[in-house]
Amino acid sequence: MTTVKETLISPIFRNNPIALQILGICSALAVTSSLQVTVVMCIALTLVTAFSNLFISMIRAQIPGSIRIIVQMTIIASLVIVVDQVLKAVAYEISKQLSVFVGLIITNCIVMGRAEAFAMKNPPVPSFIDGIGNGLGYSAVLLSVAFVRELFGSGKLFGMEVLPLVTEGGWYNPNGLLLLPPSAFFLIGGFIWILRSFDKKQVEAPDFRMAKHTAAEEGA
Amino acid sequence: MEQYLSLFIRAVFIENMALAFFLGMCTFLAISKKVQAAIGLGIAVIVVLTITVPVNNLIYNYLLADGALAWAGLPNVDLSFLGLLSYIGVIAAIVQIMEMFLDKYVPALYNALGVFLPLITVNCAILGAALFMVERDYSFGESVVFGAGAGFGWALAIVALAGIREKLKYSDVPDGLQGLGITFITVGLMSLGFMSFGGMNL
Repeated sequence: MTTVKETLISPIFRNNPIALQILGICSALAVTSSLQVTVVMCIALTLVTAFSNLFISMIRAQIPGSIRIIVQMTIIASLVIVVDQVLKAVAYEISKQLSVFVGLIITNCIVMGRAEAFAMKNPPVPSFIDGIGNGLGYSAVLLSVAFVRELFGSGKLFGMEVLPLVTEGGWYNPNGLLLLPPSAFFLIGGFIWILRSFDKKQVEAPDFRMAKHTAAEEGA
Repeated sequence: MEQYLSLFIRAVFIENMALAFFLGMCTFLAISKKVQAAIGLGIAVIVVLTITVPVNNLIYNYLLADGALAWAGLPNVDLSFLGLLSYIGVIAAIVQIMEMFLDKYVPALYNALGVFLPLITVNCAILGAALFMVERDYSFGESVVFGAGAGFGWALAIVALAGIREKLKYSDVPDGLQGLGITFITVGLMSLGFMSFGGMNL
């Protein structure tokens, strides 16, 4: 039981796919300007990761090593096609806003990475849970970025007014920078900073350190 | 001619794959520590994009689009839902063929590109360009120019980032931001810089 919990929880904070493993960043940046779209993207990615892990793990003994990438690709691409078609049928507006990013779940490194690193070596049920855990880890970062961007960029959450804007007679002057794509980089950079201040183990060793300016100290 | 030129400029600067759409970020951040490696990867991306985008364009227009199978006597067939699967298949196959071809005939380039070639299959910039090409309805000629432009823009961005990161290692970065964190912020600033091209109308 502890292992199930461990598999599910550890990707969310301690082993976060975005902040620690640098996986799946592409979509993290492009779809986070409004919460509604982000939630849809997170659900889509979590489902695809979970089911691709499940299916790949089921047939892991049958996949020949040399063509495993293409087999994994085919399974993932088929799942993404299902997600894409469902989105177009039930939430057409949102699928328009996500444009190419639903398709890009195929090349999202989280999906491939987990298939390769976990599902190929573990039985189906733990793989499925690992997929959900990593999907949630991705969602945690995306949702917090989207929360900040939508709240302070346009004063809204899920399209509902929270901070009344100056232009509509309120008091809040929105920060336009947060609606622009580069802001996502700053937010994720800050997020990584916070995460690593709490968990020192994740801090990367610097390549190079300045030597102390010894001569001046001696003189003083 | 002018139309192609402006499409190229737009793909390189205004709609830069890496800095305006954030595609191919995983490799973009992972392989940008050294300028040398970044140049190798950049060239590989240019070559692969220039080949795969037009090939996917042909596949979409003659096999998958609504009514595209009219030449085979099947005017009512719409296979566009198979798009994603076909594009990624085409990309994986072309990368594999290129790898074998280079290994046999141009071993120097093969060794230079080394591990980057197989990595390109999972680079979202490649699939992203194919999807943009379909979404924007490019003709065959436009897709060649768009592929080359998108690849060139991506290569330019990664080489620039690698240059900055080579200098960056001499600066005193706070512990928590070391490595990945500061890279994110650098890319954010570069992306802001590239946004100044946004007002141009071609």
